Amino acid sequence: MDLSFTAEERAFRDEMRDFFHTAIPERIRRKLREGLHHSNDDQIETQRILNARGIAVPNWPVAWGGQDWSPVQIYMWQDEMQQACVPFPLAFNCSMVGPVIAEFATEEHKQRFLPRAANLDDWWCQGFSEPGAGSDLASLRTTAVRDGDEWVINGQKTWTTLGQYADWIFVLARTDMAAKKQEGISFLLVDMKTPGITVRPIQTIDGGHEVNEVWFDEVRVPAGNLVGQENKGWDYAKFLLGNERTGIARIGISKSRIKRIRELAAFERVGEGRLIDEPKFREKLASVEIDLKALEMTQMRVVAQERTLPRGKPNPMSSVLKIKGSELQQATTELMMDVIGPYVAPFFTEEELEGRNEPPIGPDDAATAAPMYFNWRKISIYGGSNEIQRNILAKAVLGF
Amino acid sequence: MDFDLSDDQRMIKDSVERLIADRYGFESRRALMRNPEGWSREMWAQMAELGLLGVAFDEAHGGFGGGPVETMLIAEAFGRGLVVEPYFATVVLGAGLIRRAGSADQQAAYLPQVASGELLLAFAHHERHARNDLAHVAATATEQDGVWTITGEKSLVLHGDTADKVIVSARVAGETTDHNGIGLFVVDAVGLNRRGYATQDGQRAAEIAFDATPAEAVLSLDGFPAIAATVDAAIAFVCAEAVGGMAEMHSSTVDYMKTRKQFGRAIGEFQVLQHRAVDMFVNLEQSRSMALYATMMAEEPDAAERARAISSAKVAIGRNGRAVGQEAIQLHGGIAMTMEYKVGHYFKRMTMIEKLFGDTEHHLAKVAQAGGAL
Repeated sequence: MDLSFTAEERAFRDEMRDFFHTAIPERIRRKLREGLHHSNDDQIETQRILNARGIAVPNWPVAWGGQDWSPVQIYMWQDEMQQACVPFPLAFNCSMVGPVIAEFATEEHKQRFLPRAANLDDWWCQGFSEPGAGSDLASLRTTAVRDGDEWVINGQKTWTTLGQYADWIFVLARTDMAAKKQEGISFLLVDMKTPGITVRPIQTIDGGHEVNEVWFDEVRVPAGNLVGQENKGWDYAKFLLGNERTGIARIGISKSRIKRIRELAAFERVGEGRLIDEPKFREKLASVEIDLKALEMTQMRVVAQERTLPRGKPNPMSSVLKIKGSELQQATTELMMDVIGPYVAPFFTEEELEGRNEPPIGPDDAATAAPMYFNWRKISIYGGSNEIQRNILAKAVLGF
Repeated sequence: MDFDLSDDQRMIKDSVERLIADRYGFESRRALMRNPEGWSREMWAQMAELGLLGVAFDEAHGGFGGGPVETMLIAEAFGRGLVVEPYFATVVLGAGLIRRAGSADQQAAYLPQVASGELLLAFAHHERHARNDLAHVAATATEQDGVWTITGEKSLVLHGDTADKVIVSARVAGETTDHNGIGLFVVDAVGLNRRGYATQDGQRAAEIAFDATPAEAVLSLDGFPAIAATVDAAIAFVCAEAVGGMAEMHSSTVDYMKTRKQFGRAIGEFQVLQHRAVDMFVNLEQSRSMALYATMMAEEPDAAERARAISSAKVAIGRNGRAVGQEAIQLHGGIAMTMEYKVGHYFKRMTMIEKLFGDTEHHLAKVAQAGGAL
């Protein structure tokens, strides 16, 4: 047992850290550090820099631009990127549809879609959830009916993150109405410009526009846009979700949030002293850090197990990472609220914040503390709610 | 980075786990505890035979040349068995102090006897008003004609009632809470004024009074660094022990939920109870991670970094151990309230570990003062 990193691994970590700090513009990283949303242009610019260096999609097969990295290297790449406040390569392209196309789609699909997905030439979004199909995703009711050389899609998707920028959407649709609910679903690739698609924004409680409803009204897509086999879409969806096994804890993001909390708490006054020296605050912060340290070790244990697990096979331990990782990310937003105190109150839209010339009201980051707290409640809901994760653990690990 | 065990480590793990599985079932443990000393000399001899007592000592001292990982493996298995023999007092604390503070000659004199099971040790350090302050030493040691004598009262001395020799901390200079001026002495236990008693978790301890008691050896006249390092290693040990206990509580709870029927079905079919068992599992895994971290940092030469890591682990283990223990009792229901059932005994051990060598609040404050856990 050797819990330290090898010299090669440490050198790799340094190389990643240097690259993220020097190659990705400070103006983009600053936004994430201060809790602002980066723009879609920032996302594209960052991903193209990463892709030019060959590290936008290291988790993909080498033939399609992936890297032959060890699980430790993948972990370091993720962790350093998060700590450097670099926008993560668009998950819908890189963690979701890319690996599914690389694994299950035709050679023609691979050539057509993968290089563009890696470079963010195509912006993908996810058409999974529906108003009536959240945690019970397999009960989805959007249909795709074969008509000659086309599929005709009807239905409604929701929580479509960043769908307003998307060029393509990958859709789960019911293609066999008679089959058991998991067995009649197919995985389709749909051009967002296809007639009959309507995108409507959903405003979330932080005031932001991140998610959308996507309506399909007699949307006709070529038969060839089916991925893999008809009615096997549920298997591909499970593969897609099982691929994200370790990054889900987002420990690097929590670390960078805590770093920021420490910086700002050093400026806040309490009585004669600083907030950061206040024993109660300090202990609350230390508590979160201790949990985060434990989660980091748990993540390393899962990373070590990765060597022996086949690609796309879910590791139930990633549910532990999701539960604790989401709780800790949310805990950092509460700590930030504590730091900002009464100055969490003033509300500005993102547009007002980005265009403003006046000094901020109250401490730095005051304007983003409450929106982030509100917005990050989503983390324990999306990607399989924490209750679903507990169901998974109850079944897969405890044998209930 | 790898979490795999070496062949030697796997051998130790197998042998200690077999010992616990074969000889340390719930009823066997109760039989061992019925010995007049509260533990079994025959079991102790067997541990010596298996090489467990000297696992961390140099081969020249009858040891195995192992380190924190080997010790962690033993601790976790002992946690599963709720071992009552004086391993912690003799090997982790007593021999730990001799290894860190003793001269080469002293190590050569004492350690082989510990490894062979002939010599039982205890660490007489805590005093009535020390609470969590490791440097609180009011007992004094004075030298006359080359002989050091010790005067003062030591409290909560783990396995102090059966130790052959006691390592005593006593002040040779400075004020009661100064870090400097704490001596470490070896005192022969024959003739000591000691009052032994059982502890809540089935271990033993003693109050020991020293009244111009002569020391047979001086390990150090500046012993605090060795005390701090030994206590940090001891905390790493109880963290691993707690993981063993939590794992037993968790598996026992899950098994029980699958067999216990109410309302016409196994209670494990109720989702609200399943989720609570899952939360126990999450706490257990987070604890396992922190016990590994404590093991990794137990011999870290930078005392401040080591202490920060060890305190972080103690906080995590203290909180998770409490949560897992309370939930284990609750999910079992009334049966877990009985002395006849094993879960309550693990809960009691967890509870005592939380208060040992600084409770959760104390260690949390230490981490906070040190600038955080990251």
